[in-house]
Amino acid sequence: MTLLAQIPPLQIPDIAWSAISPELVLFGVGILALLLDTAGPQRLQASFLVFGFAAAGAGYIALSTEQSVLPGLVGLAALGQFALTAIWRDRPRLLSALLAALGFAGAIGVTTWQWGAYSGRLVGADAATFVGTDSLLGGMVAVDGVALFTRVTVCLAGLVTVPLSFAYAEERRIHRGEYYPLLLFAATGMTLLASSADFIMVFIAIEVLSLSLYILAGFAKRDLNSQEAALKYFLLGAFSSALLLYGIALVYGVTGSTNIAEAGRAFSSLDAPQGMAVAAMALLIVGFGFKTAIVPFHMWTPDVYQGAPTPITGFMAAATKAAAFAAFLRVFVGAFAPLQWSWTPVLWVLAALTMLAGAILAVVQNDVKRMLGYSAVAHAGYVLIGFVAVNRAGVSGVLVYLLIYTFMSLGSFGVLALLERRNHKAMAIDDLRGLGRRDPVPAGMLALFLLSLAGIPGTAGFVAKFAVFRAGIEAGHAALVVIAVVSSVIAAFFYIRVIVAMFMEDVPEGVAAEAPLAPSTGMSAGIAFSAAVMVAFGTVLPFLLVDLADQAATFVS
Amino acid sequence: MENVLTPPAGSPVDFAWLIPVVPALSAGLLLVFGKRLGRLSSAVAILSIGFSATLSTMVFAFLQAQPEEGRVFVRTLGTWLSVGGADGLRVDWALLIDPLASVMLLLVTWVGLLIHVYSLGYMAHDERNPQFFAYLNLFAASMLILVTGSSFLTLFVGWELVGLCSYLLVGFWFERRDYATAAKKAFVVNRIGDVGFMIAMFLIFATFGSLTFADVLPAVSTAATGVLIAVGLLLFVGATGKSAQIPLFVWLPDAMAGPTPVSALIHAATMVTAGVYLVARASPLYLEIPDVGLLVAWVGAATAFVAAAIACAQVDLKRILAYSTVSQLGYMFIGVGVGDYTAGVFHLLTHGFFKALLFLAAGSVMHAVADETDIRRMGGLFSKMPVTAVTSLIAVLAIAGFPYTSGFFSKEEVLASAAARPGAQGIWVLGILVAGMTAFYMARWFVLIFLGSPRWAEGVRPHESPPSMTLPLVVLAVGSAAGGLLNTSPEDGFLHHWLEPSVAAFAADGHFLSEGLLLGAALGVAAVGGLLGALLYLRVDVATVGVGGGARNAARRRYYVDEVYETIVMRPGRAMADAFAAFDRRGIDGAVNGLARMTAGVATVGRRTQTGFVRSYALAVLAGTVLIAALFASGVVFGGIR
Repeated sequence: MTLLAQIPPLQIPDIAWSAISPELVLFGVGILALLLDTAGPQRLQASFLVFGFAAAGAGYIALSTEQSVLPGLVGLAALGQFALTAIWRDRPRLLSALLAALGFAGAIGVTTWQWGAYSGRLVGADAATFVGTDSLLGGMVAVDGVALFTRVTVCLAGLVTVPLSFAYAEERRIHRGEYYPLLLFAATGMTLLASSADFIMVFIAIEVLSLSLYILAGFAKRDLNSQEAALKYFLLGAFSSALLLYGIALVYGVTGSTNIAEAGRAFSSLDAPQGMAVAAMALLIVGFGFKTAIVPFHMWTPDVYQGAPTPITGFMAAATKAAAFAAFLRVFVGAFAPLQWSWTPVLWVLAALTMLAGAILAVVQNDVKRMLGYSAVAHAGYVLIGFVAVNRAGVSGVLVYLLIYTFMSLGSFGVLALLERRNHKAMAIDDLRGLGRRDPVPAGMLALFLLSLAGIPGTAGFVAKFAVFRAGIEAGHAALVVIAVVSSVIAAFFYIRVIVAMFMEDVPEGVAAEAPLAPSTGMSAGIAFSAAVMVAFGTVLPFLLVDLADQAATFVS
Repeated sequence: MENVLTPPAGSPVDFAWLIPVVPALSAGLLLVFGKRLGRLSSAVAILSIGFSATLSTMVFAFLQAQPEEGRVFVRTLGTWLSVGGADGLRVDWALLIDPLASVMLLLVTWVGLLIHVYSLGYMAHDERNPQFFAYLNLFAASMLILVTGSSFLTLFVGWELVGLCSYLLVGFWFERRDYATAAKKAFVVNRIGDVGFMIAMFLIFATFGSLTFADVLPAVSTAATGVLIAVGLLLFVGATGKSAQIPLFVWLPDAMAGPTPVSALIHAATMVTAGVYLVARASPLYLEIPDVGLLVAWVGAATAFVAAAIACAQVDLKRILAYSTVSQLGYMFIGVGVGDYTAGVFHLLTHGFFKALLFLAAGSVMHAVADETDIRRMGGLFSKMPVTAVTSLIAVLAIAGFPYTSGFFSKEEVLASAAARPGAQGIWVLGILVAGMTAFYMARWFVLIFLGSPRWAEGVRPHESPPSMTLPLVVLAVGSAAGGLLNTSPEDGFLHHWLEPSVAAFAADGHFLSEGLLLGAALGVAAVGGLLGALLYLRVDVATVGVGGGARNAARRRYYVDEVYETIVMRPGRAMADAFAAFDRRGIDGAVNGLARMTAGVATVGRRTQTGFVRSYALAVLAGTVLIAALFASGVVFGGIR
């Protein structure tokens, strides 16, 4: 007893953990899923242990801080995972997938709570701890509109990817225990990247998400294409990370700080353009340009998108892009705005190149996944218009675009995954001939996503394009918007070519009748949800999203 | 429309948005999961429309409890479109709940509910039953959006959606080619009207800078008369499409290809009245341009006459009702055209009852005689299906204007208004004539189906329909008989006061005949027509029905309107389309293909950069870095120091 009394009371440093609560949720669930998978037959015992520790921790917090909501939620989550484990202890994959889906949903919930506090709708003691300060976690993390919006985008992408993956991975015999944890870790990196307020954090987040994605891209290890994709992605990713790191080092060299906002202030107070500063910006653009697949740093995209397991491709195209663009926005439009005279012409040229090259190269592709890979490049170019605008409308347009693109991308890759399950091979455009007659529902869904990607009014894709084009026009970049429209016309060609093949051409002669499609419930749900989002944001509620993004288009400074 | 209020929180009006949303959600649910739900889907559909009906009733009761000057509410849900800044186009998702909308809500939801129930029996054996209920729900939701829209554009959304539902439901049995063609015809003809509506909206926005009723309608007196005339005419073009008036009425009779409950709900009771509703909703506008109103009335009268004449010569039981609908819609346009909007809406409501009843009865008859639709092969069904027969009789009396039935009050009011409008006496005369013809063809319809000797085909065993079908008949019969109580007198009836906040008042100018004479003339002509029809066809030799040359043949052939349209519209249209197609192939396609080939050529060259070797990709990254550095450098050099 005397010994116990001598231990000084535990000092909890005052860390605003709530600032990274979505990341904590994602990471925690990822670890949990990994643990339960590793535990094998002792799954239930492991789960009970987790429950015990979590409950004890929650009890301690409740007693020591007199808070009730947080410990209550933690306790509930702990109990929930134990219940799930107890019910599905013999079906580890399903358990893993359920946990992952719940993790993404939970992260969205936490982010919504943060948004409530951020936008001032939620007031209270908790709210004040992380809102509007630039020194969260030592200036590492920013909680602002862009971060919150992107977190939701990433988590929604994850939430749709999980059901799309389940039957696909099962079928391709790549359903291993690490799959969902890796998805969650990648998402952790992405949300962290979106809210990084410091270059060091940016780098760490990029590495966290990249390492997970390298593995996921090569997850079909018996498939040579998948291996090739992973290796290429890894080598080039390492190369671009090095360039990014070099850029960060130069920023530190010029400004003496790695904090993004501080670096921006120091940059703008430079008297004359300085070679080092310019080199730093150039290298940062290369680093971000690689992750967001901007021409000429896009070369890896078609190869990797084609080789990676299809649901992962959709997730990579959507969520990685959203996260990397968010960090890109924070650094350039947020912090380096005073220097816009120097970097907007550069991004202008890159945007034009990206839009045109992506669209033109997609025209000659036969593999549908590869075609969508190039189309993803073109879409990155449209997003860049919002950057070049350097105004609030531009930021809001980028956010809207990325959220809507998430669903277009996941939806179209989801339908492809569904078709690949039956055909057991990559889909060429010729394989889609006559699909509209045999399987009208999946074909119709794919047509909807393609029309949306093409930006046809009445779909969400139009709203997205409209948002960035409007920002571009308002900022006086009419020429760039004209290029974008030309690129959209070229892009419409290859999207509509697929639709024509599906609905207006017959099944080629000599092709044996195929087994009927057997969509799993998860796949149907994921695709239908994405399609519903396409239609809802295209027709009924376009400006709900735009208004929300307008509110979110802010940075902490 | 000057005094627009925001509904108090928690009141039924505050939740009125659920009235269209719940059936819409149900429709979505049934479309996706209909197959799995199976039998349950009809229950879901009926519950959802039942919910809307209940809430609509609560909304009505709530409005009634409000003071007379405080019955116009706008419930805004959120921004739909917002383009071009503060002075630009801004349209909200908002509901306009006022006395006019509330009676339309009641009509659509309650008649809709009855027809959902009826379909339970009627569509029981169709394998695509869940899909049918999904479409019915979707239609109800669309119609409810139409009547609650707070701006021309939201009304137009409902307007287009009901058109879509009509297309889907007319072509529900699309396996039959002529049914699919009928659906296409309905769609295309409606589009012509829609173009008018759209141009009207452009003009409205250009003139008033807004599309919201609450902004536009109080401001109509400030606009130039020329613009108002154009808007009024164009809106009426839209109305003639949807409400099947001359010259766009040809689609409605063909639309009878759809299942009978659909004909009752969409092509009799609700959707086709949308044009009347539109004119009534825009009544302040039409009040400024009385001459356009008179034109509307004349078109209505002419349509009523032509359609009634055609109806006298048809032998298909649903087609007769279809032309009768066109004719009755003509009456409604007479009402709103001469400026008595209450009378027009009143006839819309009573017609909703008795025409829905007639169609449902027709469906019940078809159900009994193995889907036969030729009235020459019916007869003597009275004793076999007494409920259907008696309810039909009530509806026939109502539509013929038998004293104290609902049709009597509403038709008299329309005719009296025509008589009270200077310059509209000719319309009144036509109206009286049509009243006689209506009584004639309805008597013919009833007598040939239910009375006389049985003439149905061998092996057919007529029987009364199940309760799910007869119950709606009985309810509608009560409405048809007693619906006149809504507005027993033009000056101080209930509906007259009720609609005062919504529609412009009618400025009566004295009748050119005494009221007694007006009434007597209408009743007399109708009685003569009815008796004539009954006596002629009670002992008729059916071999002489539906034959005969001259005027009768012309009427039977629908005055060759379809053929004329084919010659003057379709053939030149097709020739023009062919010419455009040829130009498209030779001219435009050449240019496009050239560009496409050029693009492909560029792409083939660009493709070579994609070697697949990581080392060359890394080289590209390096080259890109140099490019960016060069761009920065040129910017710094040419851009100079800030």
